[in-house]
Amino acid sequence: MIEFRDVTKTYPDGTHAVRGFSLVIPARQITVLVGSSGSGKTTLMRMINRMVDPTSGTVEIDGQDISKIEPVQLRRGIGYVMQNSGLLPHRTVAENIATVPRLTGVPKAVARARALDLMDTVGLARELADRYPSQLSGGQQQRVGVARGLAVDPNILLMDEPFSAVDPIVRDELQQEVLRLQKQLAKTIVFVSHDIDEAFLLGDQVVVLEQGGHIVQQGTPEQILAEPANDFVATFIGADRGKRRLSVSPAASRGDDRVLVDAGGYPVGVIAAPGGRLSVASARVGNASPKSRSVSNKTDQAGDA
Amino acid sequence: MNWVWIGSNLGLIGGRILEHLALTAPPIVIGLVLSIPIGYAASRSKVARSILLSVGGILYTIPSIALLVLVPVVLGLAILNPLNLVFALSIYAVAIMVRSAADAFASVPKDVIASATAIGFSRWQRFFVVELPLAVPVLLAGIRVVSVSTVSIASVGALIGIDQLGSFFVDAFQRSFPTEAIVGIACILVLAAVYDVILSRTGRALTPWSRKQAVASPQMYTADKVAAL
Repeated sequence: MIEFRDVTKTYPDGTHAVRGFSLVIPARQITVLVGSSGSGKTTLMRMINRMVDPTSGTVEIDGQDISKIEPVQLRRGIGYVMQNSGLLPHRTVAENIATVPRLTGVPKAVARARALDLMDTVGLARELADRYPSQLSGGQQQRVGVARGLAVDPNILLMDEPFSAVDPIVRDELQQEVLRLQKQLAKTIVFVSHDIDEAFLLGDQVVVLEQGGHIVQQGTPEQILAEPANDFVATFIGADRGKRRLSVSPAASRGDDRVLVDAGGYPVGVIAAPGGRLSVASARVGNASPKSRSVSNKTDQAGDA
Repeated sequence: MNWVWIGSNLGLIGGRILEHLALTAPPIVIGLVLSIPIGYAASRSKVARSILLSVGGILYTIPSIALLVLVPVVLGLAILNPLNLVFALSIYAVAIMVRSAADAFASVPKDVIASATAIGFSRWQRFFVVELPLAVPVLLAGIRVVSVSTVSIASVGALIGIDQLGSFFVDAFQRSFPTEAIVGIACILVLAAVYDVILSRTGRALTPWSRKQAVASPQMYTADKVAAL
């Protein structure tokens, strides 16, 4: 569990990156901090591994005040995945994944064997082990970044907009990969994003931030969708322009599937309707698990246009 | 062109090549080694950069004859001591190299440094494992310029009586004997070329990653990954 207690970060010029921020991040779940630029989301994440120290307030991990922990030691115990992967360009894939274990004195052969296992875990072919990052595609580089983040088997994984620089298809694939890995590994993941769809897809808990790290709303994606706290959230999640309000299209149906459209008339997905009928009551009971989404919203980009 | 003179003086020519080598190799190494911490400091802040690069620029404008006259006085060495020349050449080497070193460290991508910090590199580890290796290509470009310039400036040492290839120019002038000057120039060119080859080979050996830029083909995904799509 990670806890922020009344954290403020003020820069020398007097601007507040974050002011009076408190939040509990539960263990073994994905918490997504989502907001536009200037919302302080990256600053908040960087406080967890002391890349940024708060001006006032404390950050605790499992009840321990991290300002008492030496930053280098702290960071070696926390996985970190960033945008553009941040891989060392002069080290091979396997060396990159093994970086932190090597820093902590794990023998080379052991670290390499573990790196190859991790490549399997994140879905990278072992043939890529001796390539340099520049020889990989963007999506492959991000997978290496994730593998590196997992290399010391940390309890906490920080992901700083890791997929914002890859194309939408690869991003979709990597997001599914994170969900798959999380099912398998159950880490405490803190994920920073500016993309509300990504936040809703990945987050067990979603924290919507405004300028200065002000929490506008926090809750499960369902709670936020059902009751946006205010106009800001409604705008942010696209509810106000009908992007989230779906209805069954009268036309274009085939077999037992019905096409769903948003308020703008854009098709957003299909829903199973056995016998041509939507069973509303059973759909509610059956979809109790928040992660089983039968409605795909891949066409959101089109809806935004 | 007096070929007979060349034939009968091969020993002298070889000796002066070795002297020239012995006088220029140390300043090149010293220039590289000293410029790394100074250049690193210069790459950390704008103020440090402008101060250190200005000092470097000023040092480089000191005329070489003046420097060769001043160095023995400052160091308290005999005027004919070859260390005077090594010292003067080292000053020029550092003066040129500091700018390259500052640029070299500034060329290391910021996100790579940030991510190295984030995953738990200490300051020293980050310097030696990340920043220094990634600065090598630009450092190398700088040191190649330094080697050529050092080999060339060293010949001025002949004017204060320190023997090396430059001594051929003084002799050629005093005896109105152009063959010696041509031999001196040819040897200096060859020596500069040798340095350049050695340095660029070393640089290539140190930067194997920079030669492999091809992007992998999509089929390098594992089969189950493709199936998952």
